[in-house]
Amino acid sequence: MKPEEIGILIVDDEASVRDSLYQWFKADGYRVDTADEGARALKKLQETTSDIVLLDIKMPGMDGIELQKRIKEIDNNIVTIIMTAYASVDTAIQGLKDGAFDYITKPIDPDDLSRLIRNAVEKRRLVTENIQLRQHIEELLLPEEVVGESLAIKRVMDMVDTVARTDATVMVLGESGTGKELIARAIHSRSARRYFPIIAINCGAYAEGLLESELFGHEKGSFTGAMYRRKGKLEMADKGTLFLDEIGNISEKMQMDLLRVIETKKFTRLGGDKTIDADFRIICATNKNLEKAIKDGSFREDLYYRLNVFSIVLPTLKERKDDIPLIARYFLKQYAQSMNKDVADFSPQARDAFIGYDWPGNIRELRNAVERAVVVAKGKYIQVDDICFPFPSAATTISEGSESLEEMERKHILKILNQAKGNIAQAAEILGISRLTLYNKIEKYGFRRDDPNKQYL
Amino acid sequence: MPFIYIVPIELADQSFLETLEVLISDIFHMKTKREEFKVNLRDVFDVRRAQYNSSLVLQQLIANPPRDAEKILGVLDADLFIPILTFVFGEAQLGGIGAAVSMHRLHNRFYGMAEDRELAARRLLKESVHELGHTFGLIHCSQPGCVMNSSTYVENIDQKSSEFCSLCQKGIKKEENPRSAHRLFVFPWWKKKG
Repeated sequence: MKPEEIGILIVDDEASVRDSLYQWFKADGYRVDTADEGARALKKLQETTSDIVLLDIKMPGMDGIELQKRIKEIDNNIVTIIMTAYASVDTAIQGLKDGAFDYITKPIDPDDLSRLIRNAVEKRRLVTENIQLRQHIEELLLPEEVVGESLAIKRVMDMVDTVARTDATVMVLGESGTGKELIARAIHSRSARRYFPIIAINCGAYAEGLLESELFGHEKGSFTGAMYRRKGKLEMADKGTLFLDEIGNISEKMQMDLLRVIETKKFTRLGGDKTIDADFRIICATNKNLEKAIKDGSFREDLYYRLNVFSIVLPTLKERKDDIPLIARYFLKQYAQSMNKDVADFSPQARDAFIGYDWPGNIRELRNAVERAVVVAKGKYIQVDDICFPFPSAATTISEGSESLEEMERKHILKILNQAKGNIAQAAEILGISRLTLYNKIEKYGFRRDDPNKQYL
Repeated sequence: MPFIYIVPIELADQSFLETLEVLISDIFHMKTKREEFKVNLRDVFDVRRAQYNSSLVLQQLIANPPRDAEKILGVLDADLFIPILTFVFGEAQLGGIGAAVSMHRLHNRFYGMAEDRELAARRLLKESVHELGHTFGLIHCSQPGCVMNSSTYVENIDQKSSEFCSLCQKGIKKEENPRSAHRLFVFPWWKKKG
């Protein structure tokens, strides 16, 4: 970090101390500001950004320990250094307990002061870097790749490439689990904004007041529980992309506020009066029918047109069955690696079962099914029995519908038996029958296995 | 013609100033003038610390600057301090007119070693150029060899050269404003002192 990027605030009631420190840090090139008492320091911290605060312990009015507590409430990441002319173990311990970076006794050796500030700057740099890296890792953890060879997904990716080059607002539509966020990230990573963050927010996950504060941020004390000043997602997405998921779930007031921000590119934090310029691109997603919502009056038409400049409709997994083996293999590789299991592929039967299923939960469901299969897989290949479909598809049911009730019962019991690895008590429990009944059924259908480790036939 | 004034303040051995004047003139491409100003060190002595307040020395030093003074550099034997620090080698007004350098901690004898006049003269030159650099608006430089590199102990001074790095040299040129600009410049911290 360059010195001019670091703001230092000096709080001391002694003018000579303020002046000498001011001059000392100014010569190092830092942005320096001073305050002669706690209240003024807090006011300055609200108005400008300081990274490091040097504060005297003994001051008229609010003392340094109290001031430090309040500073940490405003921004916990501000590095505080306590100064005192009368060192006492009690105040030193209290100061450090309350989160002071260091504690110095005046006068301080020039070399110690230089080292102290260098270390404080380094700490501040690491904190900032840490926040950025966490965000980056979060982005990396989500699979960036859009997998698929089908015509439907190729068409989607062509649209992604076209729109990524522009700054247009994009509406991604599609059923739950079709990969709307993945597409948003794909647009961001192909756009000129790719070196800046993409901030995702699930609008459906917050109560109205909370969503407002999540988006716009808030000043300390702007509402009950607003203990600290907090940057909103709009501020965090500066120069980057803001991904608003489940946009169809926001309240009317929020719709109005959002429309204003999109139109003016300016906003204020809750409880604040400072106008903040915002430079972001919006990508939003919904699985709701917004046209219908406009008709019944629950979604603003003007906002809809603002958001729906360019829309991308994602196909369901059922509509791109050709891609299922490809995507399943992609997840298989990922999970096998992360679980450190030697699972190479799907058996042909397992592969067919995957293709045959309807996937009402789309890719999310497919991913979970693959993850589960990798967990339970015994060998190098995933078998049909390793797969569990929570919602047996209509197609499967229909194909079995031609069989008699007895045949259905036979198949079902056999499946559950093998699923329970031959554990009679467990299988009986799943089937909701007594063990005796299950024994009788096994005998009736003639299920047998030569080896206790093998499946029932 | 504007001058850099070299002002000895109760300086016992003024022979140090002869070479200093010549070299400063060469480095800043300006003429120097040696003159004694009215500076009362007793007024700035801190009994508790047994040191002299460098900010107050500066205040006296620039109280009545001669009309032809572009910069004023005070050189003294007294051990200087600013309230927050245990000592300073010198002090200057950033982008202002005045600077002061103390020889007290530049002598080897201060560190219990045999005196080395040559070394003390070299240290004096570096610190003088450094403080004058501040008056020309330069801030500390991260280049290890540059004279504007910050020195918090005497070995730091010995490690750096008496020359500006190319960036600082350029910075100085930028700051070479008409002298009236320096005169008008009042630093906020300075104003408060009254």
